[in-house]
Amino acid sequence: MAYRHSFAGHRYEFADLKTLLAKASPARAGDRLAGLAAETDEERVAARFALADLPLDTFLNEELIPYETDEVTRLIMDGHDEDAFAPVRGLTVGGFRDWLLSDAADEAALKALAPGLTPEMAAAVSKLMRNQDLIAVARKCRVVTAFRSTIGLAGRLAIRIQPNHPTDDLKGIAASTLDGLMYGCGDAVIGINPATDSPEAMARLLHLVDDLRQRYDIPTQSCVLAHVTTAMEVMRRGAPVDIVFQSVAGTQKANESFGINLAMLAEAREMALALKRGTVGDNVMYFETGQGAALSADAHEGLDQQTVEARAYAVARAFSPLLTNTVVGFIGPEYLFDGKEIARAGLEDHFCGKLLGVPMGVDVCYTNHAEADQDDMDNLLTLLGVAGCNFVMGVPGADDIMLSYQSTSYHDALYVRSALGLKPAPEFEAWLRAMNIMDERGQVRPELAGGAGAAQLLEYGAAE
Amino acid sequence: MSGPDRWSFLREFTAARIALGRTGNALPTANLLDFQMAHARARDAVHAALDMDLLRGQIADAGIGLEVAEVNSEAPTRHAYLQDPSKGRHLAADAELPEAAGEHDVVFVIGDGLSATAVHENAVATLAATLKHLEGWKVAPLVIAHQARVALADEIGAHFHAALSVMLIGERPGLSASDSLGAYLTYEPKPGRQNAERNCVSNIRPAGLKPELAGYKIAWLLKEARRLKLTGVKLKDDALEALPGGGAPVLGS
Repeated sequence: MAYRHSFAGHRYEFADLKTLLAKASPARAGDRLAGLAAETDEERVAARFALADLPLDTFLNEELIPYETDEVTRLIMDGHDEDAFAPVRGLTVGGFRDWLLSDAADEAALKALAPGLTPEMAAAVSKLMRNQDLIAVARKCRVVTAFRSTIGLAGRLAIRIQPNHPTDDLKGIAASTLDGLMYGCGDAVIGINPATDSPEAMARLLHLVDDLRQRYDIPTQSCVLAHVTTAMEVMRRGAPVDIVFQSVAGTQKANESFGINLAMLAEAREMALALKRGTVGDNVMYFETGQGAALSADAHEGLDQQTVEARAYAVARAFSPLLTNTVVGFIGPEYLFDGKEIARAGLEDHFCGKLLGVPMGVDVCYTNHAEADQDDMDNLLTLLGVAGCNFVMGVPGADDIMLSYQSTSYHDALYVRSALGLKPAPEFEAWLRAMNIMDERGQVRPELAGGAGAAQLLEYGAAE
Repeated sequence: MSGPDRWSFLREFTAARIALGRTGNALPTANLLDFQMAHARARDAVHAALDMDLLRGQIADAGIGLEVAEVNSEAPTRHAYLQDPSKGRHLAADAELPEAAGEHDVVFVIGDGLSATAVHENAVATLAATLKHLEGWKVAPLVIAHQARVALADEIGAHFHAALSVMLIGERPGLSASDSLGAYLTYEPKPGRQNAERNCVSNIRPAGLKPELAGYKIAWLLKEARRLKLTGVKLKDDALEALPGGGAPVLGS
């Protein structure tokens, strides 16, 4: 059915629900590229007025992508929890925004609501929210997960060490990992993007990190971000797999372009669970997403890029991941043109994921052909710290020499933790103190004299 | 506190920016500026325009006797080019190419892509090195294209009835290299070709795959493509990959 709004004598009509969502979306390059964006600023706001009046349960009755042809739609519809939805069932999208920002929507209420929300509801309400709304509500949501460290607790921010090397050189990766540990990073995961996606390469990298972790009893987990089928193969061969990685998207067609389906993810998760390698929890999956991924595979099914991105979180949610992050600026300026669009998308993604009960982190990043620089990353990193983001990336000097893009650095991690009073995961914090990497005031100031733990770590580096 | 960290000996193992040291929690000034310079060079490479006088001079100096044509893609500006990749894949409505005059074995296109710097520094040298190995080939006029993406060579190749096209194009700059050129080879180029139907020789630059060696690889692939009547995933050779300085293919231009 069509949706309408009139303003100053001009009658705006939106042919269907996905058109309404797309036109209401804050301006961004990918929607312009797909021909979905509002033609004028006035049309955009008119769409928001119409969206604000839309009953929230419309999304339970009207599918954006047909149930019969898309398994992500089936996952969303079949998994919807009617009882959890009850507190907001009678609201419009606009009323839902007001409720989210109200005192009634506290941490417990939001946690109970999450299974009753579909990603389309989260995307819709986000389009009516300013950046400060996205931050204020996300801040009230807590999604706590664990494996060897506990991630997502209030007042804490975890960091992934991303020690990539263009040829998967083991010494190079070990050097970048040690550097990260000395900067108090690595509590989210030590996660390597392999240059070569093969079982042999993956197993080599897993053994490297696992040996280091065991030798110094580091309360963290490792992950090699190879394809899920590669992870399944190395698990069959007995390699030390902690966490299984996969890129996921919000449509069946986009997931097929990644060479995956939901059954494959479920099978991989069962295999990882069976290894029983976690000590304080059993969240064994790591997912990455990003606005524009579905469009770039020509698999967006006519949805705007933010709505289809939110559907990816329904995929993530189904597998109880340890970590899910949106690689927000990686895809390039044809999807997110500049620092403003990247920041907005990062806040939207974090908000939508948290609202749906997904342990969200953000790769705060950009490429050299986007209109963005490290100042834009400082802004978004600080905003996400305020919003209660679960984790961000730590890349040496912010310069990923394998993937050729810029993210956040180990230094940035120290900055944001210090500026906002955020601490590492509790198990990891205790380890940093025991190793004399963190001092008694909680500052990361490695003690390198004598037999201190930090000095022993360096001896590992020298020996390797 | 603003010298490098005590573990700077680890730098021997990686080009990553490790052990930078810090002042408080922040980067020391010298490292801050080093990073800004690398980013500035990368951005300047993305936004630089092709210098036609420079390229014509290089072509003459290299003794390349091909007729040279200059065209624009449908993207009128760099801004439009970056926001809509499809515009860079089609010729501008007023683009003029020399008459085809029969069939050709190969057409070479030099495109700015995402780094005019890479083209200025490596394109003509790579072309000259390739042509050296193509004795007897009927080569179409050389086309230099502004605001170009890889697939622009499909329309140009079809125009010249060329059996093969080679697009020499600036790759997306990273912080460590803003002068990297890619060569994309396509058998029977025509609009609608997919990336999986092409072969790529990437990381062509003095500190990567040197233009001289890149020319050898490109010519070798062209001869194989002509023999097998295809390019793409089915055209590969381990012996060739084993050549020093070979890089993994990078699409995305």
